[in-house]
Order: sequence, then structure tokens, then C-alpha cells
Amino acid sequence: MEILRLEKVSLQLEGRQILNDLSLSVKEGTIHSILGANAAGKSSLAYCLMGSPEYFPQKGKIYFLSQDITHMLIYERAKLGLTLAWQEPARFEGLTVKDYIAVGMPDKDERKIEEALYKVLLEPKNYLARPIDRTLSGGERKRIELAAVLAMKPKLAILDEPDSGIDILALDYIVEVIRELKAAGTTVLLITHREEVAEIADKTSLICSGFIVKEGSPEEVGKYFREKCIPCPTRLYPAEEEKITGG
Amino acid sequence: MQDYEYMLAAYEEAGGKPSIFKDSKIAHLVVHKNKVIGHHLVPGLILHPEETVSGVNINLTIEKGVRIENPVHLCFGVLPKEGIQEINIKARIEDGAGVKLLAHCVFPNAVKVRHQMMAEIEVGDNAFYEYNEVHYHGETGGIEVVPKAQVSVGQDSFFSTNFSLLKGRVGLFDLDYEVHVQKGSSLSMVAKIYGYGEDRIRIKEAGWLEGERARGVIKSRIAVRDRAISEIINELTAAAAEARGHVDCLEIIQGEAQAKAIPIVNVTHELARVTHEAAIGRVDKKQIQTLMARGLREEEAIDLVVKGMLK
Repeated sequence: MEILRLEKVSLQLEGRQILNDLSLSVKEGTIHSILGANAAGKSSLAYCLMGSPEYFPQKGKIYFLSQDITHMLIYERAKLGLTLAWQEPARFEGLTVKDYIAVGMPDKDERKIEEALYKVLLEPKNYLARPIDRTLSGGERKRIELAAVLAMKPKLAILDEPDSGIDILALDYIVEVIRELKAAGTTVLLITHREEVAEIADKTSLICSGFIVKEGSPEEVGKYFREKCIPCPTRLYPAEEEKITGG
Repeated sequence: MQDYEYMLAAYEEAGGKPSIFKDSKIAHLVVHKNKVIGHHLVPGLILHPEETVSGVNINLTIEKGVRIENPVHLCFGVLPKEGIQEINIKARIEDGAGVKLLAHCVFPNAVKVRHQMMAEIEVGDNAFYEYNEVHYHGETGGIEVVPKAQVSVGQDSFFSTNFSLLKGRVGLFDLDYEVHVQKGSSLSMVAKIYGYGEDRIRIKEAGWLEGERARGVIKSRIAVRDRAISEIINELTAAAAEARGHVDCLEIIQGEAQAKAIPIVNVTHELARVTHEAAIGRVDKKQIQTLMARGLREEEAIDLVVKGMLK
């Protein structure tokens, strides 16, 4: 069953075309990776799906569980079971890790908050009472962001580059967390520019200049990415015949 | 007797625990308008409250070498809708002594009330003085609070104030503290205030790091909404070798509120250093969107961010 569908979504920001007739279908219960080079439109796609007002599409439709959410506000989408783990998570003076993770949890159960922290390799007793401010490193914030998504148990989690800023030793655990999300019934839309991370997906879509240029198995798309995208001199303009604009 | 009970009820409303007034190990002073209605001392603490026409003069001494074990609780307030309370404090913390004061100032029914405090505080060498003050003002905004303090801190000592006004309307608030710090001593002044309606907030805190290795931090966290106005002047001067200071002001505005921050950093010794940061604006958009992505409405997200900042 399809959990998310985008139909010919176009987004312009300050006169620049960011997403271009982009269509995408994500199956429920899968990990679907969006692979692309820098500036391909990956994060813009994430904000557009989450409903950031600046990223409302000018054209096209977004459906979540068959419901048209194109014009819904962020919190309305979140209430339906959609959430986003930000590439660069915000900091909050005075708000503790415990408070922050609890925001998305209906029951605010502290044991579940601790479990989520354990899963991202953070010792709860060292973190629960810490404020989410600049005393935490970027890597710690990313893990806390993942813990918040785990604890929320959404139907669809968009993970925007969860691997960036994470040390290589922790990468395997991040991959484990993503698999755990799937095992717990959350569909994952995994946004990354690293082929080896995209590989854990059931399906991969390759994005370039706001277009989906290739879809298929991670191996198939990864090979295409290696052979065509990495050597590409612009990395920004797919050839006309490579654009997938159906929907 | 009735005033005492009402004061304790207001004290509890402001976040205090009335049971401490029955604890013989904990010193306290309760002042309603110009009447001392409760008073208890512990060894090493000398406290002489003297009632005047419009308030109370207080002489407080912590004897040399005495470190008061439990915080001393102070409760000042005016219960009627109208009234004046002028508190004049002369505090002397002798060498090697130390005290923590926890003051609750309660004006729950204020329609036309003025609370003025003039303090002269002298902290000796190897001593500490920590003053935490919490206000509770009710919802009418008919209150003026005007605290002024002149403080001198000796060598290798610590002085701190922590002021918060987060419950009820601010009314008019005009704070003016000046603290002079000697060799090896530290100063910390923190103010957290939430203003709304027609509230007016003015804070002027000045720290003078006059001795070698003196340290100072002045921090303000202010949130204003509706038509409230705030002006924060944080001034830190470093005038000796290895003196270090930091000024940090963060103000969040909503609606038609206005906020002004004036950080003044002044360094008069080549081996001293003072840094500052100030930010005024709406709640950060990314913070709001992050919390909304967890299911909060926009107004709930703003409220959580503001409460966090003022915590």
C-alpha cells in the first residue's frame, strides 16, 4: 500500500526552480532512500513534505495515506503521523533532552524516552536533564533528533541526512536505528548523498536538479549515481531524456 | 495574624514553601507593607528590622567566618490594592562568611502599589552572598517595582543575584544594580522576566571587575508580548590583569512588543577581556517548525520555547 504520493510537485524559491514536476511514490513499511548530490533539492523536498510554509509547492499535489495534505500546516501533518528529523537540528535554551523527546509522545513515558536514548547510544542518565543548547555537539543533537523520532513512533519519518556529522564508528548504529524504525512499523524516507547509506533502503530514487532521474533498487541506482552523477561536470542539470516526470 | 496567613498564601502562590517558616533551622523575615509580621534568626545571622512610616529598614550581618547552612527566606509584600513599601537594606557579609537569601516579593492584588528597595551590600574577603528573588504580581499590572543596589565585593569572594518575574503582570519594573568586584572574586547577575499587556521593563546592571582575575557574567532573558516594552542595559568593565567578563542578553518579542538591548563592554587593562552577545527577535522559525513537526500548534511551540528560555 502506498503511504506517500507526490504528483508533479513544483517548487520555486526566490525565482529559482527547486523541485520540478517531481513525482514519487513511497510504499508503506519500507525504507525509501532519496539519493542525490549537494543542491539536488533533497532537503527542499523534505521541508516541502513536512509543510514548511516557505516550501509550499506552487504546483502539484502531495498525498499522505490517500489524504491530500498539500495545503496542510506542519502540525496537522505531524498529527497524521508524519515527521521530520532535521539535517541540522535546532537548539533550545532551557529545554531539556527529556522535555524535547517527550513533545512528540502522547504518553510522555520516561522509560520510553530512556529506551530511545539507549538506541542512539546516549546514556540516559547523562542526557535526560541536559538542555538542548550549544553545550551539545552537532553529532549529539543528531542522535537526540533520531531518538525523538523513535519515541514518537510516526507512520512516516523523513530523515534528512541522518548520517551527516556522525562519526564513522556511530554510522552502523544509525543504520540500525533506521532499520529499527522500519521494524517498529514506521516507513522511512531516507535522504542522503551517500550511496553506502542509501543501500539499506528497499527502493532508491535519485534526485537531480529537482527531478527524479532514476528509480529502482539501491544497487541499480547506486551504480547509475557512481557512473553518471559523480563524473557529471555540473551535477545540476540532468539531460531531458533522464527526467522522470510522470505521476 | 490574618495578614500573616494571607502573606503565606501569596508566598506559596509565588512558588515558596510556607512550611519553612516553622523550621527552627531556617531563618526568615516576613514583611507586610511596613510591618514585620514574622521573624526568626539562626546563630551567626544578625538581623535588625526597623519599621518606618512607609516600609522597613533592615540591617543584616553575617558574622566573620560563619556560613549560614540553610538559605535565609525573605518575604516582602503588599496585600491591599494600594500601598507603598520601601525596603532599605544594609547588608554586611564579613570576611570568611556566606549566606544564600531566597526572597519572594508578593503583590497579588496590586492596583496601585509601589515597592522600592534600596540596598547597600558589602561582601568581605573569602565570602559569598547569593540572592535569589522571585516576584509574583497578580494580573492587573498596577505595580511599580524599583530595586536599586550598590554592592562592593572583597577579594576571593562570590556575589550573585538571580531575579525572576514570570508569574503575573510586571507593571513597571526599573532595576538598577552596580557591583564592584575585587581581586580573585566572581560576579553573576541573571534576570528573567516575562512582560505582557502594557508592562514596562527597564534593567540597568553594571559590573566593575576592578581586581586581578576578577570574573563577571551579566545575563538577561526577557520575553515581551502585546504592547510591552523592555530596555536592558548591561554594562561590564574590566580594569585589571586577567579580569574576564561576559554579557549575554536574549530578548524574544511577540505582537506589538518592543525590546532594546544595550550591552556596554569597557576594558581598561591590556590583559583583561570582556565579550558580549545580544539577540532580539521573534522565536526562531526553525525552533517553531521543529516542535510543530512533533505535533504542537504554532502558539504551543512558541510558548514552549519562551518557557524554556526563562526557565
